[in-house]
Amino acid sequence: MGSFIANTDEQQQEMLSAAGYDSYDDLFAHIPEAVRLGRDLSIRRGLSEMEVIREMENLAEKNTVFKHIFRGAGSYDHFIPSIVKEVVAKEEFVTAYTPYQAEVSQGNLQTIFEYQTLMCELTGMDVSNASVYDGATAAAESVFMCRDRKRKSVVISGTVAPAVIDVIRTYCSGRETEITVVPAKDGLTDKEAVSAVLDSGTACLIVQQPNFFGNIEDADELCEAAHAAGAKFVMSVDPIAMAVLKTPGECGADIAVGEGQALGMPMGFGGPYLGFMTAAQKMMRQLPGRIVGQTEDSEGNVCYVLTLQAREQHIRREKASSNICSNEALCALTATVYLSALGPDGLKQAAGLSADKAHYLQQELAKAGFAPAYPQAEFFKEFVTECPVPADRLMAELEKHSILGGLPLADGKILWCATEKNTKEDIDELVRLAKEVIC
Amino acid sequence: MKTIFESSVKGRKLTLLPESDVPAADLKAAKRETPLGLPEVSENDISRHFSEMAKATHGVNDGFYPLGSCTMKYNPKVNDEAASLPGFTNIHPLQPDHTVQGCIGLMKEAEATLCEITGMDRMTFQPAAGAHGEFTGLLLIKAYHRSRHDLQRNKIIVPDSAHGTNPASAVMAGYEVINIPSQEDGCVDLEALRNVVGDDTAGLMLTNPNTVGLFDKNILEITEIVHKAGGLCYYDGANLNAVIGIVRPGDMGFDCMHINLHKTFSTPHGGGGPGAGPVGCKAFLADFLPGMLPEGDDELKLVKPEKSIGMMKAFNGNFLILVRAYAYLIMLGREGIPEIAKNAVLNANYLRVMLAGKYVMPYKETCMHEFVMSLEHEKASMDVTAMDVAKALLDYGIHPPTMYFPLIVHEALMVEPTETESKETLDSLINAFTEIYDKALEDPEYIKSAPHKTIIERPDEVSAARHPKLRYIPEDK
Repeated sequence: MGSFIANTDEQQQEMLSAAGYDSYDDLFAHIPEAVRLGRDLSIRRGLSEMEVIREMENLAEKNTVFKHIFRGAGSYDHFIPSIVKEVVAKEEFVTAYTPYQAEVSQGNLQTIFEYQTLMCELTGMDVSNASVYDGATAAAESVFMCRDRKRKSVVISGTVAPAVIDVIRTYCSGRETEITVVPAKDGLTDKEAVSAVLDSGTACLIVQQPNFFGNIEDADELCEAAHAAGAKFVMSVDPIAMAVLKTPGECGADIAVGEGQALGMPMGFGGPYLGFMTAAQKMMRQLPGRIVGQTEDSEGNVCYVLTLQAREQHIRREKASSNICSNEALCALTATVYLSALGPDGLKQAAGLSADKAHYLQQELAKAGFAPAYPQAEFFKEFVTECPVPADRLMAELEKHSILGGLPLADGKILWCATEKNTKEDIDELVRLAKEVIC
Repeated sequence: MKTIFESSVKGRKLTLLPESDVPAADLKAAKRETPLGLPEVSENDISRHFSEMAKATHGVNDGFYPLGSCTMKYNPKVNDEAASLPGFTNIHPLQPDHTVQGCIGLMKEAEATLCEITGMDRMTFQPAAGAHGEFTGLLLIKAYHRSRHDLQRNKIIVPDSAHGTNPASAVMAGYEVINIPSQEDGCVDLEALRNVVGDDTAGLMLTNPNTVGLFDKNILEITEIVHKAGGLCYYDGANLNAVIGIVRPGDMGFDCMHINLHKTFSTPHGGGGPGAGPVGCKAFLADFLPGMLPEGDDELKLVKPEKSIGMMKAFNGNFLILVRAYAYLIMLGREGIPEIAKNAVLNANYLRVMLAGKYVMPYKETCMHEFVMSLEHEKASMDVTAMDVAKALLDYGIHPPTMYFPLIVHEALMVEPTETESKETLDSLINAFTEIYDKALEDPEYIKSAPHKTIIERPDEVSAARHPKLRYIPEDK
């Protein structure tokens, strides 16, 4: 069996005696018989490390690792620089706890401070927290930031990712919160329908930029509509797109949230990812979770601490702004290293290349008979096409060539995605195969 | 230490991406106008900056970390190796089931193993942390009562010794929190419990061993009182390390619970996360579980339960954390799992008994995996507080115990050594505590101004909160 216990049997016996116990039975004698398991666990025998690795490799090999990925919908195959993986594997970062003891956690605290700065820069907002679980839970937490006694309902554009809407619904299911999802119109938010449902009871309007279909929303106008009704405006954004698109800050949003996985995290079958949350200054004290602030020590040295803790569960208990305790700190560090490595030019390049490839893919697919579903809308790195054959047939053919095609949607259309990792050659091959399927 | 922004030099960059091989897209949408203030640095700059940051961060690899309630055990490297296999990392969460048989198979096996360990019947891996699991469990309880049209049950009972997440989660799930006082021994006051249960009781949240480290012997009576009143019992799995392989929450009368994979099952804490907080439940709640559950024998698939409460998180939870925990589970297996609890409890009791000569232990009986000390006496006699002693430990390269928790003990230090620490390490803590005590008698000011060897002195937390500086702002702005 495997074990990570350091003490030998002799040491354990010695310690038992020193503590006044004859044996382990004696040590556990105070546990009532009635609740003891009293038998071995019915699980497998333990293994050596070599066997563990072999077994894990066998499991991993049962999965298909696609060489070419044209699927996004909330998880993206962007390039991850080598330095990112190296830095985030440093044992100090990996094995530390939440930085409660500032004197021995300055590195961890400072990197969170840098992360907060970067997220504010990206989104154009004033303040950031230290992360939440993922983009969907970030959106859900934003609802709780906006709700108050008078404004309890939420309006969500139907172009927000379905998984995000599901999570918001689930988060809100315990508390009295009316949720209105306004159906999309031609792949975009239906502005008139949204304006019609916003009222004095609306806490916030949530939109996604670019939206689930990859299309770029007119965020300025939606922000105005929300504010005109006295509601807050929440934008869920793709962090890579922030290098080129008008930011939530520039649009006048009150809160920006999003999925940070694209910033250096692998797809990993769905996690761990990074939920980021930034806000306008006036909403600082409603932010959930950890926040790091700069201060000085008793000698006047600049240093960092966890701050504004009066919002948090360990101080406020039932009055806390959220129950969140553990967050996604190592993922926030990943994003910090990623954004430092890319820099302003690199991030613009990643964004530009993704858009270029996606537009090329869309044009070529259109020529091959996969018409754009929303030709009037402008898109970024994802787009929807019609599919003249059942999508499953196309996907099965692509799979034979180690290509993960776009995501088949319920209405028979396909949501495609391209990033800087997709070359012209790969795209041409995909289009050639797709054309064959419909011929 | 300089921030990464202060190392920025205009025009400095890495060469990461190639030139485009397709025509440029012409986006007409509204563009970003604000300059993108990311640092402009070299790869060498990044490497050195984050090495400096790592050196100023105390991890389990740096030294003893007896942080009560957090189970800071050693994080085996085999876990990380398993989680870095491309067959796990390069998998899109929306791949069709037949291409992710390994992932679903791992979920299925992990579910079966963890259900056997906890005495639960089904489990969801969607929750990303303990608090997220609590919230999930409470929504399960809510869905259960709603399904029976038992709609007046709007109260969750929480002992005053509970983790802060318990009442906070209850509120998020739309419940009113009923706090009940603990007995002097930190255990549940049965009379107090009987007095508050009724037909408005939705459930009870409890951890056993409790937050003072004692196993509540009345546990069967406690869960029965709640059940008889029509409520359900939620087990906060934060302290599971004390009992794995010995006692199962399912056998103590709990209906649902979360497990902190980043505590009990050795996945690293990552400086605050990511963790994973899978939620297990008895069969009668399984239909309400969120997310997708593994089903099938040969051809595995992910299926959403019939009356699911919905989705707690996009996709399949913190899957790569589950991979780590699973590697640990199969390595330890049937014989290794109970050894964890035995050694965790032995290490805690050894420390408790050895330190009792100098320090006051408010609870004299055998503890489980952790114990609480009270520095009330030292505060009164020498004006040395729990915080002072904690800070003095930093000078020994030891991360201090949890301070001022649970709230029911004054000047509390909560010590959890975990099973992976050796006798030599435990003795070094005993020695440090002893020296600090003696020094406090002789020169209390020295302890009150500790730490003396760390890169900063005690930070000014009051002005940090009063004048929040939450991001770097260049001097010229």
